[in-house]
Amino acid sequence: MSFPRLSNPGLDDRILSHQQLDKLEEDEAGDRPKWDNKAQYMLSCVGFCVGLGNVWRFPYLCQSHGGGAFMIPFLILLVLEGIPLLHLEFAIGQRLRAGSMGVWSAIHPYLAGIGIASMCISLTVSLYYNTIIAWIMWYFFNSFQDPLPWSQCPMDANLTGFVSECERSSPVDYFWYRKTLNTTPAIEEDGGLQWWILLCHICAWSVLYICTIRGIETTGKAVYVTSTLPYVVLTIFLIRGLTLKGSLSGIKFLFTPDLTELAKPTTWLDAGAQVFYSFSLAFGGLISFSSYNSVHNNCEQDAVIISIINGLTAVYAATVIYTIIGFRATERFDNCLSGNILALLNAFDMAEGSITDNNYNQVVQHLNETHPKVIQGIDLKTCDLTTFLSEGVEGTGLAFIVFTEAITKMPLSPLWSVLFFIMLFCLGLSSMFGSIEGILVSVQDLKVFPKTFPKEAITGVICALCCLVGLIFVLGSGNYWLSLFDTYGASIALLVVAFCEMISVVYIYGIDRFNNDIKFMIGHRPNFFWQASWRVISPLIMFFILVFYLVTKVSEKLLYKAWDPESEKFPTLEEKLYPDWIYVIIFILAGIPSLAIPFAAICKCLQKKGRKKSNLAIISQSNLNEQ
Amino acid sequence: MLDKILFLLCLASALADERCMPDTPHGFQVRLSIKTALGDEAYVWNENEMFLFRASLAFAMRNHMNGQQFEVSNIIVCNETMRVSFWFIVTSPLDTSQLIDQENVEAAIRQSRNRINSAFLLTDKTLEFVDILPTLATLYTHPTPPWLIVFGVVMGAVSAGIIIMLVSSVVQKKRKTNRKPQDEDDDEETRVKTVENGDAHDGIHNMSFSEDERFTKM
Repeated sequence: MSFPRLSNPGLDDRILSHQQLDKLEEDEAGDRPKWDNKAQYMLSCVGFCVGLGNVWRFPYLCQSHGGGAFMIPFLILLVLEGIPLLHLEFAIGQRLRAGSMGVWSAIHPYLAGIGIASMCISLTVSLYYNTIIAWIMWYFFNSFQDPLPWSQCPMDANLTGFVSECERSSPVDYFWYRKTLNTTPAIEEDGGLQWWILLCHICAWSVLYICTIRGIETTGKAVYVTSTLPYVVLTIFLIRGLTLKGSLSGIKFLFTPDLTELAKPTTWLDAGAQVFYSFSLAFGGLISFSSYNSVHNNCEQDAVIISIINGLTAVYAATVIYTIIGFRATERFDNCLSGNILALLNAFDMAEGSITDNNYNQVVQHLNETHPKVIQGIDLKTCDLTTFLSEGVEGTGLAFIVFTEAITKMPLSPLWSVLFFIMLFCLGLSSMFGSIEGILVSVQDLKVFPKTFPKEAITGVICALCCLVGLIFVLGSGNYWLSLFDTYGASIALLVVAFCEMISVVYIYGIDRFNNDIKFMIGHRPNFFWQASWRVISPLIMFFILVFYLVTKVSEKLLYKAWDPESEKFPTLEEKLYPDWIYVIIFILAGIPSLAIPFAAICKCLQKKGRKKSNLAIISQSNLNEQ
Repeated sequence: MLDKILFLLCLASALADERCMPDTPHGFQVRLSIKTALGDEAYVWNENEMFLFRASLAFAMRNHMNGQQFEVSNIIVCNETMRVSFWFIVTSPLDTSQLIDQENVEAAIRQSRNRINSAFLLTDKTLEFVDILPTLATLYTHPTPPWLIVFGVVMGAVSAGIIIMLVSSVVQKKRKTNRKPQDEDDDEETRVKTVENGDAHDGIHNMSFSEDERFTKM
């Protein structure tokens, strides 16, 4: 009894048979590039999967969804969703020995849309991701000075005081929003190109170009550094972090489980989405990487190992980040308390040391009873460590505001700053390799460039074009555009593509044929776990996540957070409504990749019908002629 | 006798009290945070330290108002508290009934702030003259921003790398096209040779490339 599948005639004509694959392997024929060794392949995949999200998205999710309790949905969905999808992409790439476009076109010509969608997504993500790398480079360049430029406010024009915007917020906020982004108060005002970020932008694309100039020949060498260096730096930061005061309170806060969070569906949804995006699935890059392997490479083992590494890295990075956040929160708490104590000492002219951290509460209570008016006049601030710890920030805010502030409080700040930004740079760059691979291979499969074009030139053209289009993120309003692209460009389309990938492999390619392929490649059929997850569990999970995501995204109002010095709640970010023409852009970003799948299918269908008609016409014409 | 001493004391304190009092328009309040600044090495605030303070303030006044010989007695201190805070006023050396106005005193303190601080091993924050704002430390502005230097280094290295890679691939291609016509000639010659030799042996079968290794070892 074979699993139901849609009829797919002509599949055998489009793909190499097992004997042909073996022969290809023996003769070492074919001009497909190859990995120099297994380590390069593993490091490239690890680098692609482990990215900035592991450092600045996962710790935030962990902390906001009940700490240690978040591990439970994360691990469950890692096993049920992440590993099966990863194994599927590895296996199909290794079997069909083509990039994303080639694989889906080979399975069925109508599925070419999936490849196109993957290419569009890779393109969208590459555009804005490299701008983040440009910002990281800007901070890296600025780390070679003591004191760090974001540790103090600059003086205003007539040197009487600090710049007002900086005084009202903080030096780190000011450096990020004014000195780096020079952000405009709203997305409609573009503010012009910021030349310093433009230089970093060009630098980022040049570094990416030199690393991908000959495809995996050069990225394979680059990943030896970009994939391993982050782990070294994380370990250094862990050792440094644990020796700082307050680090353990940070870790405790991160991992304290709050099991009530497990009852909320948003926790599971966020966990599923995080697992999914963290694995960089549906970009097409993993399929390409896997297709450069030898046919009998053990892709099952690879999928499990890389998933485990990805999961462990996320937890490790979260621990490191929260030691530093714990230190920062404790520092803030201590300052708050000292400020209050000083105010009390000054107001009541008491000797120094009469109020300490221990008797603070009692003293305040006593003084409140005896001199309530004076206490009110002082305006004491409430100092609560938990509030400081739960100032949970994610994304660029974590890296460029919270963490940089913590670094300024550590001795030898420039050193830590340099290390931190090198780590972020490596994490981002290795993820970019995968995205560029997804674009490069699709462009080659689409035969956009003539075959005689050297690979260096194709990569150069792609990098130059992306650099030009990416100039939108170098504008004053670039930060708003970036979060727009980030929120709508990749999220929904990726879910749709991944869902279609699963359905295509299981039902159109045929799960029985797929099982036989895997048996041919690694020597044994995939066991019950893989069967259950590919056929039922993973598609269901993907479907639920997709539906929930669509529902939440469509129902929420389209707001963005703006840095507006004129607003009342400054320095808190002000929530503004997007202008109407943004809806068009959101539709282009999210809709075009998703709609490319049915659209391409219809196009191919019409093409085929047209060809049939013209064939029939030729045959009937020749019959007429004979008669 | 006792009455006279008591009367004199009262007079003296009355004289001092009149002009030196909290919120006086002619003086300033000073706050010292010695324990915060020095921790374990903090010294105890006593009469001698107060004498040093008055002397350094007299020094500051002398520096500012050239010619006038301020003495320790010209600095009058009152309202000392356990916090270690007190008020002071400055009398003119020429006429003790005359008080020096606030602007002059402030200017004098600003001028010699550093010296006064160092006498007590304190800083602007821990030796606080209430209502005299501390001089703000300006960030050192570099002639060339350091980030530009690092950017130049990185960009230079990357550009050099790109040029090297492009040149090397062009050279490689040229070498390939030069070798190709040569290789074709060599191939023809060897083929002719083997036909001429007419060897029955096809060569020794190489056992190292066996077909057992189907699965790539990690």
